Amino acid sequence: MSIRRPFTREQRMTVVYGMIAFILILVILQLWLLIATMNAYLGGDQAVIWPAAAASIFCLLLNAGLLRYLYYMERVRE
Amino acid sequence: MNERHADHHQSRDAVDARVTTADREGLTGTTPADAYSPVRDPELITRPPDGRPLHYQPQWRKDFPIDWPQDHYVARRDFAKFMVLTSLAFAVGQVWIGVQNIWRRRRGALPMRKIASLSALPVGGTLVFQYPGPHDDCILIRRSSDTLLAYSQKCTHLSCAVIPRVEQGVIRCPCHEGLFDLDTGRNIAGPPRRPLPRVELSIRGDDVYATGVKWRTT
Repeated sequence: MSIRRPFTREQRMTVVYGMIAFILILVILQLWLLIATMNAYLGGDQAVIWPAAAASIFCLLLNAGLLRYLYYMERVRE
Repeated sequence: MNERHADHHQSRDAVDARVTTADREGLTGTTPADAYSPVRDPELITRPPDGRPLHYQPQWRKDFPIDWPQDHYVARRDFAKFMVLTSLAFAVGQVWIGVQNIWRRRRGALPMRKIASLSALPVGGTLVFQYPGPHDDCILIRRSSDTLLAYSQKCTHLSCAVIPRVEQGVIRCPCHEGLFDLDTGRNIAGPPRRPLPRVELSIRGDDVYATGVKWRTT
């Protein structure tokens, strides 16, 4: 019985680096959204609050999908 | 080659004579028996950092083997997981702002309240009052005989109490040298990014009433 994975550890390491770069960009985008929305909210501007929340949740879903794929890559096939 | 392999196993047995069991070995008996040996899953083979074979490794490394490639991979995977958790926190923060906005809208219009008497405030004079809550300090400024201005006293940077300088035409925050224009309340220098909230006024006879607060982004 042999153990197989979709990628070797070296390949997965490369994929993880790429994912971290993508996740970092999305997280920085979310941080910017949060700061801009807080500024708008404190200034009484309500128009941007829910669109910004939707964009932030979309970024979260993208990040969660990437993390899920990361664990999928480690799945062992026998 | 085979002789060398046999020596290799012999040296392992010699070291672990006291505590070796079927699946544990080493001086403390905590090291997996297959730490440096081939197993079915090739990724579970521990690789010494210098890459040399087992019998060249010091005893402490045999007892406490660390698979550095695996350690690096797990560290980066955990960092990715931490960043996704940060992403979750930011998304929750966004939703929290939305919920706060709903609560603010449900509170409705602010009450109308008498804050001063016109005759008690000379031209160029200022007065501190609380509106709409007892902890919301505001400043009333009599710019000229028929011009009254009122702003929140909390700086929009870090909520320090701002001080009006009527003769200079500015409102100054002493904490970080923020400056606001006295006539408009707009931020003109320093770290504040938003104008001061403006208190809307109504003058009825000699009485000055606050009727609402106007928050602004520009």
